[in-house]
Amino acid sequence: MFNQDQLDKIAAKKENWTAKLEATKKKRPERQTQFAVDSGVDINTVYTPLDLADMDYDRDLALPGEYPYTRGVQPNLYRGRLWTMRQYAGFGSAEETNQRFRYLLEQGQTGLSCAFDLPTQIGYDSDHPLAKGEIGKVGVAIDSLADMEILFDQIPLGKVSTSMTINAPAGVLLAMYIACAEKQGFNKSQINGTIQNDVIKEYICRGTYILPPEPSMRLISNIFEFCSKEIPQWNTISISGYHIREAGATAAQEIAFTLADGIAYVDAAIKAGLDADAFGPRLSFFFNAHLNFLEEVAKFRAARRVWAKIMRERFGAKNPRSWTLRFHTQTAGVSLTAQQPMVNIMRTAFEALSAVLGGTQSLHTNSYDEALALPCDESVMIALRTQQVIGYEIGVCDLVDPLGGSYYIESLTNALEEKAMDYISKIDALGGAVKAIEYMQKEIHNSAYQYQLAIDNNKKTVIGVNSFIMKDEEKPKGLLKVDLSVGDRQVAKLAKVKAERDNAKVESLLNKVREAAMSDANMIPVFVEAVREYATLGEICGVLRDVFGEYKQQIVF
Amino acid sequence: MSEKRIRVLVAKPGLDGHDRGAKVIAQALRDGGMEVVYTGLRQTPEQIVSAALQEDVNVVGMSILSGAHATLFPQVVDLLKAQGAGDILVVGGGIIPEEDIPALKDAGISEVFGPGTPLENVVKYIKENVKN
Repeated sequence: MFNQDQLDKIAAKKENWTAKLEATKKKRPERQTQFAVDSGVDINTVYTPLDLADMDYDRDLALPGEYPYTRGVQPNLYRGRLWTMRQYAGFGSAEETNQRFRYLLEQGQTGLSCAFDLPTQIGYDSDHPLAKGEIGKVGVAIDSLADMEILFDQIPLGKVSTSMTINAPAGVLLAMYIACAEKQGFNKSQINGTIQNDVIKEYICRGTYILPPEPSMRLISNIFEFCSKEIPQWNTISISGYHIREAGATAAQEIAFTLADGIAYVDAAIKAGLDADAFGPRLSFFFNAHLNFLEEVAKFRAARRVWAKIMRERFGAKNPRSWTLRFHTQTAGVSLTAQQPMVNIMRTAFEALSAVLGGTQSLHTNSYDEALALPCDESVMIALRTQQVIGYEIGVCDLVDPLGGSYYIESLTNALEEKAMDYISKIDALGGAVKAIEYMQKEIHNSAYQYQLAIDNNKKTVIGVNSFIMKDEEKPKGLLKVDLSVGDRQVAKLAKVKAERDNAKVESLLNKVREAAMSDANMIPVFVEAVREYATLGEICGVLRDVFGEYKQQIVF
Repeated sequence: MSEKRIRVLVAKPGLDGHDRGAKVIAQALRDGGMEVVYTGLRQTPEQIVSAALQEDVNVVGMSILSGAHATLFPQVVDLLKAQGAGDILVVGGGIIPEEDIPALKDAGISEVFGPGTPLENVVKYIKENVKN
């Protein structure tokens, strides 16, 4: 971007300046002997064109909406429409979650994001012994279409977009969503949303796996194929770095491990006979927005560029939409503190701003009380208002990629890309993401331990935890409590559904699920048929467990 | 301290998959000179107790972030007592609301460590309270 003559002049000036800098440092030593981001990139005092001497504008940055999409996936981004403000919600029964959804929509939220309880996420009905104590705790309990109908009561599924954090049983929940929309009078081609459907990261770090990798990858390919034909605007997967980061990964590891998982899904779908451009445009991603503000902005930009190259160069995708990395962001849950919880509002705001400056397509901002409990109505509203302040009041959405061209941001974007590519090469050498699960777990654990040691040794400041501690801090009031009776009520509701449905029909449909599972057929259409007749999630997943067996975790520690 | 090293079972009861904290604590205990066994995810109270007995541990440390602690922690203590292993020190951690802690302590959980607890506090507590 600069000619050699200009660079030589800058280099000469910088030499003099460096001498002055050293003199200043002698008089006033710096706060740290070394400055670095957690990804292991050293930070210099200042950045200049010398740091970008090899940069080629067209090759490395280009304009927004143009390959390699470093500056964003659309030409005008938020000048057209702001990101989707999408708060993740769900707890207790379908009735309670429906109330929260409608509250959020009334407050100006523009899309829904549904949290399911752990039994639902692991494919157990509420009457399963392992569901005890967990029903409705971290999300809403869904056993059958009957619960889904209550969950979306008076919410028109043909008009609202819904993201569902569901992985191992994603095909079954998608089937219920389709059946529910049809009952509301919509055609399945009108529905819009996302299923997380990212099982590899469940093996790596989130834990809600059911089946072994092979049948899991088949189900995912089945979903890609079904959606490309039946619900073309549905986001078939949300390849998630969020949880990888929450588990301890650095920003560079977050990019690398997420995109390595993405490579595994694309490989599996191509092996199943699909064309990269048939499903490529519907792949979506999910990243974390952590505390190191500038590193995060660079991370989002680097991730876009790396994925564009992977899809175009490695997989030969031809459709530019297959090259674009569209992503949802959530602020970092691990950065929230139980101490002085109001300070979390500020942390979350800066994290959210990094996601917006990084060009996110949708955003969840955490609530200040989430290190203590599920968020209450008031804290959820402040979290949403934080997004609205960024979107409407502070002017950062009036142009695309405002930090693009910053010598530091570009240099860090390059450095993170390089670090991520090194990890991806290592994972390739191990045989791909599925084979490298334990390797990634080890790397993540080591980073998590280093992070905690840095806090404990006061090398990393956490306000309220190791610095600026308040004695006799007042305890926050009004925390949300999930009603303990939700479990009993849910079990009773399930018994009623099972008593009132046509059980002979359900049984024959469950047999049909079994036959589909044992053949090469696409399983999703059969799931839709079965859930329409109120076959439960646990029954369908029970058949799959029976046919395919269960995943056994390797303990890496 | 006796010559014998403290043996700890770090366990994840219930369906919760968040094990960053459990693994970080396990590593800190190991670095603190203890022998540590980590159960992995999705352990029933029965499985935890059976592992504790089999591994002959002095301490069981459990982590839950899903809110199921009120149901699952006391079950582990009760089962340990029923097996004649009531002298095993039981501690817990995770996202545990302050108001739930007295009931957990009444049920036999010796200490509950919330978010922000320095690792050395956990190591110190175990060393001072373990029964040999």
